Amino acid sequence: MFLSQGFREDFYRNFIKDDRYKYLLNGLQVTLKVTFFALIVGLVIGVVIAIIRSSYDKTHTTRYSSPLHCFLQILLSIANFFCNIYLTVIRGTPSTVQLMIIYFVIFGSVNIDKSIVAICAFGINSGAYVAEIVRSGIMSVDNGQFEAGRSLGFGYVPTMWYIILPQAFKNVLPALGNEVIVLLKETSISGYIALEDLTMGANIIRGQTYSAFLPLFAAAGIYLVIVMLLSAGVKKLEKNTRANER
Amino acid sequence: MSEVLINVQGLVKEFSTTTALDNVNAQICQGEVVAVIGPSGSGKSTFLRCLNLLEEPTGGHIFFDGSDITDPKNDINKLRQRMGMVFQQFNLFPHMTVMQNLTLAPMKLQGKTKAQAEEKALELLKRVGLADRADSYPTQLSGGQKQRIAIVRALCMEPDVMLFDEPTSALDPEMVGEVLEVMRDLAKDNMTMIVVTHEMGFAREVATRVIFMEKGQIIEENEPQKFFDEPQTQRLKEFLDKVL
Repeated sequence: MFLSQGFREDFYRNFIKDDRYKYLLNGLQVTLKVTFFALIVGLVIGVVIAIIRSSYDKTHTTRYSSPLHCFLQILLSIANFFCNIYLTVIRGTPSTVQLMIIYFVIFGSVNIDKSIVAICAFGINSGAYVAEIVRSGIMSVDNGQFEAGRSLGFGYVPTMWYIILPQAFKNVLPALGNEVIVLLKETSISGYIALEDLTMGANIIRGQTYSAFLPLFAAAGIYLVIVMLLSAGVKKLEKNTRANER
Repeated sequence: MSEVLINVQGLVKEFSTTTALDNVNAQICQGEVVAVIGPSGSGKSTFLRCLNLLEEPTGGHIFFDGSDITDPKNDINKLRQRMGMVFQQFNLFPHMTVMQNLTLAPMKLQGKTKAQAEEKALELLKRVGLADRADSYPTQLSGGQKQRIAIVRALCMEPDVMLFDEPTSALDPEMVGEVLEVMRDLAKDNMTMIVVTHEMGFAREVATRVIFMEKGQIIEENEPQKFFDEPQTQRLKEFLDKVL
């Protein structure tokens, strides 16, 4: 069937004629770019929020304090409060709606590159999930590790940085890998703000050729291959970081 | 009489439902090896953990080398660098090699170069007979080896006092000896040590003073010979009858 005359004609019409493959290629570029930068934004937001939330959980019962300590504690409570609002709102509303709100409402009156809007939207969205993933990782590290760091004379932040976070990161690597995959596929809603990503590219071809099968399956296949590559990469990273456990 | 290194005055630690320490007073001098014994729940671990503020006291004062560590004005991180601590569960950093475990704090906190820190670490590793394990990860070590490494990690900071929180309680019986040997060696070197322990033999043989705690208070303290052979209080007699 694939080598039949009809298929070859379909293939030519959908991909070769008028350089239509470029819709997919350029779309893929946009998808990868948005995913990559949104991932970075999400990681930064996520790690910061995870540290704020777990620090709050660890220390808000402490009674003994100096004025400075007291001030930091209040600051932490406020930060924790806003983090909770952020998590509730972002995780409680659909990402499509968030994307459209950011594009049509927040950046509505500004002329701005759509892919930057998408990076913001998906980064902010992903950050909420990354935050909970990383927080679970921090909480999974035995408290004795924290005490060992402090007893050597490390302050709270260096203990986090040198001792807790590397272990937390290792524990959450599978979950983070999963989040990257989700994020990549999530970007397929970029069409809602007329950003020409991979999905949108396939859809444009479909609109021009009136054939749905090939363009959509091509897009699906490309997503699949990227996800498989990502999974393999995460697995390898996991293996490397676990090397010291045997 | 040697210099008082740690002076505990009226130490109180209350948890939400219990009083773990009830007005504890103690003085620990330079070069002393103090064993703290008592039934479980007597507050002996809490007492030790208050000394470097891993537990924050709810009352009283602890002076370490003249400065009050319960005073927020004193930088606890600086003071902790001079107080080594060894935990029951070792708490080595599993994501680092033995050498990285040993050199992290000296490099980051004392500004030592990698070479300086490694030289010191290697010297101490040799002393505990584990120089060949420098590149191992903690999971590759036995319990006794882990605890010896943990002791070395604390020693790498060249502390003035070492706090031991039941250092042999999580070990297989056959590994207890090698850890006690290292501690004995330290005591010989005049390290000031406070050891919460169930090892009566060690307390009798190595300690210069033994403290018996119960219900958050120090019930009795004496030099080991008298402590074990002529206990003064009924409660200590009962306790010793049970454990010896």
